[in-house]
Amino acid sequence: MEIKVLGPGCANCVRLEKNVEEALKNLGMKATVSKVTDPMDIISFGVMSTPGLVVDNKVVSYGRVLTPAEIEEKIN
Amino acid sequence: MAVFSWFNEVFLKMTWLNNFMGGIVENVFQLDSTSRIGASLQFFLYDTLKIFFLLSVLIFGISYIQSYFPPERTKKILGRYKGINASILSALLGTVTPFCSCSSIPLFIGFTGAGLPLGTTFSFLISSPLVDLASVILLASIFNWSIALAYVLVGLVLAVLGGGVIGRAGMENQVESFVYGASSIDVEEVKLSPKDRYNYSVEQVKEVIQKVWLYVLLGVGIGALIHNWIPQELITALLGQDKWYSVPLATLIGAPIYADIFGTLPIAEALLAKGVGLGTVLAFMMSVTVLSLPSLIMLKKVIKPRLMSLFVGIVVIGIFIIGFGFNEFSSVFI
Repeated sequence: MEIKVLGPGCANCVRLEKNVEEALKNLGMKATVSKVTDPMDIISFGVMSTPGLVVDNKVVSYGRVLTPAEIEEKIN
Repeated sequence: MAVFSWFNEVFLKMTWLNNFMGGIVENVFQLDSTSRIGASLQFFLYDTLKIFFLLSVLIFGISYIQSYFPPERTKKILGRYKGINASILSALLGTVTPFCSCSSIPLFIGFTGAGLPLGTTFSFLISSPLVDLASVILLASIFNWSIALAYVLVGLVLAVLGGGVIGRAGMENQVESFVYGASSIDVEEVKLSPKDRYNYSVEQVKEVIQKVWLYVLLGVGIGALIHNWIPQELITALLGQDKWYSVPLATLIGAPIYADIFGTLPIAEALLAKGVGLGTVLAFMMSVTVLSLPSLIMLKKVIKPRLMSLFVGIVVIGIFIIGFGFNEFSSVFI
């Protein structure tokens, strides 16, 4: 599984990334987590409100810091 | 109407809270509430509590509405309209689309990359920080409804006309070229349940409070100072209604200040009470919110100096006109 956190590096993006790590740990899953910080790359997903979350190249959320529980639902 | 004015007094102006705080100042702090220190303390306690309470309730309600209008959706809607209609709709949607300066760049690239005309994008960029729903209700709380509605109206007109002028100025070459290379893909809309929207709204309340509490305290502190310590003569000499330069001066003072509109409200309230003209006060608030340095610095990454000057110039002239206009006709509102 490939997870991308979209965001130019604001506090919310960092929080979302942490929550992703926590969700993966809770589920005992392994995934490559990467950050997309370049605005042009973020836009290429159609996302303008950051932070956004992309799972296997599908946008599952934008404009929100999902909680670990919510992320677990999305990736499980 | 009686119900409405009762609601206004109790929930928006909260006169009972002011009286209650007067009692606290007299009985708990043992200070005369008509003395300088007592009155400052009363103003500080009352205004802080009132603003935080209103802020929490308002942000919750407004975030719930905003969760229906993410910029991704706004972009899609705007793509269907042209010309002045697009600008008007853009200004209106600006009031309900959540906006923060940290996402102004992706938003600008997204809008422009999707082929929206510059005028439409700038109408949005002016209206979004200027006419925030929460600030409108706070305006009604601090001043009155006719001022709040007039503020919305002139804010929207400024956004539509400002966008219109920029759209006609032929400044397309003043946008950094990489912006036009942006993909114009539309994201598949993520379905949100009522629970998602509720969670989002609660998060927004926490986030906004975390972001603005210091500004609010500072604003109320400065407001209390103006209220009771700075001589009225000094303030009216600088910003008095009869001084032609009061509006430009207030705009100039406001521009470099980076504060949330919630921080500026208590200052505005105190200035107005000290006899500063309504137009001057509104010019100060508009200048603080739209011309904030951080968002201008952000914007500089995607637009070239000539377009930037045009944007700032139009906004400044618009604020001047609004300021002078409100000063001239303030008797209608107060």
